[in-house]
Amino acid sequence: MTTVTTAVGGVASFLLFFRAVCSLFIGATSFAMSRVELLNPEGLRVDGRRANELRKLSCKLSPLQHADGSAYIEQGNTKVLAVVYGPRETRHRAQVMHDRAYINVEYLVAPFSAGERKKRSKNDKRLLELALAVKQTFDSVVMTTLHPRSQIDIYLQVLQDDGGALQASINAATLALVDAGVPMVDYVCACTGGCVDSQALLDLNHIEESSAETPDLTVAILPRSGKVTLLQMTSRVHSDQFEQMLNLAMEGCRQVHAVLDSSVRDSMQQLADQMTHR
Amino acid sequence: MSEQTFVTPAEVVTSDPSFMRGHGTYQEGKDIVSAVAGVVEQVNKLVTVRPLRTRYGGEIGDVVVGRITEVAQKRWKVDVNARQDGVLLLSSVNLPGGVQRRKSESDELQMRKFFTEGDMVVAEAQAFFQDGAMSLHTRSLKYGKLRNGTLVVVPPSLVLRSRSHFHTIANSVEVILGLNGYIWVCKRATKAPEEMDPDELYANVNEDISNQERETIARVCNCLQALSKRLIPIDYTVLAFAYEASLDRETKELLEPEVIEAVTTEAVARAAMVNE
Repeated sequence: MTTVTTAVGGVASFLLFFRAVCSLFIGATSFAMSRVELLNPEGLRVDGRRANELRKLSCKLSPLQHADGSAYIEQGNTKVLAVVYGPRETRHRAQVMHDRAYINVEYLVAPFSAGERKKRSKNDKRLLELALAVKQTFDSVVMTTLHPRSQIDIYLQVLQDDGGALQASINAATLALVDAGVPMVDYVCACTGGCVDSQALLDLNHIEESSAETPDLTVAILPRSGKVTLLQMTSRVHSDQFEQMLNLAMEGCRQVHAVLDSSVRDSMQQLADQMTHR
Repeated sequence: MSEQTFVTPAEVVTSDPSFMRGHGTYQEGKDIVSAVAGVVEQVNKLVTVRPLRTRYGGEIGDVVVGRITEVAQKRWKVDVNARQDGVLLLSSVNLPGGVQRRKSESDELQMRKFFTEGDMVVAEAQAFFQDGAMSLHTRSLKYGKLRNGTLVVVPPSLVLRSRSHFHTIANSVEVILGLNGYIWVCKRATKAPEEMDPDELYANVNEDISNQERETIARVCNCLQALSKRLIPIDYTVLAFAYEASLDRETKELLEPEVIEAVTTEAVARAAMVNE
């Protein structure tokens, strides 16, 4: 799996480099409007995708043996590892809830994950906010009332961030919870959407995400009921465009669901085969 | 075995209103919907979904091995690898000085003399509290404090229920297969618990353990780890065969993948012959 993805990554980064060089060249000669052309006239994006295409998504369940549940996910070049412990006895008295389980989320970003090497403290406000977003997403989905007085720990480690780290983290956490056998109402599937020249884009990468003129929207839905558990955007958009972005992102979530579901089935089948055929 | 049906979360298990929903499912209108990824199981009209990997659930009568985590009012908290710590009440242990002895206030004050934080204990699940916590008891000489050995942790679903969970291997090593996935491997006691001095039952000192005995304990531990690595259900029969199959290798060789493969395959084959 890893080799295939690196190959794809290599091609993508080459294309990206090629595009960047081209647009710089065009920019210098013809006074183009934007520095990097995010969507070219043929309808291709910086990494060669069309507007409504996801990046390559691959996942692996239970890479870690000692945890109750774990999952590793790659969405394009964004790589996240999620580990779940529990439900287990609460670590602190203050967290005990007599009618349900407490969900604890820790969101960690590796210093080598982005272009610039940077060590972030555990108490970084931005990371705490992301952890809170994940916690609130799962509070409504995990059937916490079945395990009173206990605690479920979700540790998220972003190993490489090429845009959409939050969506990848939510998808990884879902898989890890399923792997740990924690009862949930449904999968939670997340995806991002953006908008360039009033054209909605699906699953933004780092260049698209960091560009000032693209709004970026993260949506998490429950595929069975279509309910939205997370909707996050920090920029201003026209409501017509918003509608378009939201619909595209929700369509992306359904595609993500299909991939997650098939990987869960594969891993179950594998585990069952290991336990029965000797 | 082959007609197992797998379901994933939010998949409809059945829409037939005559079925009752069990663990791992929830009701939505007429549908019984799965809440976990696992195997559908049906007993008469009760439909449950059993996840393949999960924490230890426990049933009354289970033999469990646990570690004391906290000493509280008239009770000990015991880590039994479950969703919450188990509870061992002061009133459900045998204290030195006879089975019929009443527990007095002085016993409450010296609870750490019997079990203290970090001690290993083997007990039986006696009941469940309203919130799902397990109540344990050690009111038999089979149960009580553990010494002279080492702990092996395996996934709880691999330990099979059987008539007895206390076994002796190679006449020198005792194995306690806790159903919660904690397995205690120790030197066989020189004295039966019935002959022990009351104070000796709760002693904190190990007996002398010879090098030969240490080697055997390590070998049994490695066999258990090997079986768990290959996800083989563990009971006395398969463990004994794994031990026998490992005898022509050195103990440390049992950590190598090829040796694990060879030893466990042989053990499973021989265990299958016995069971037929």
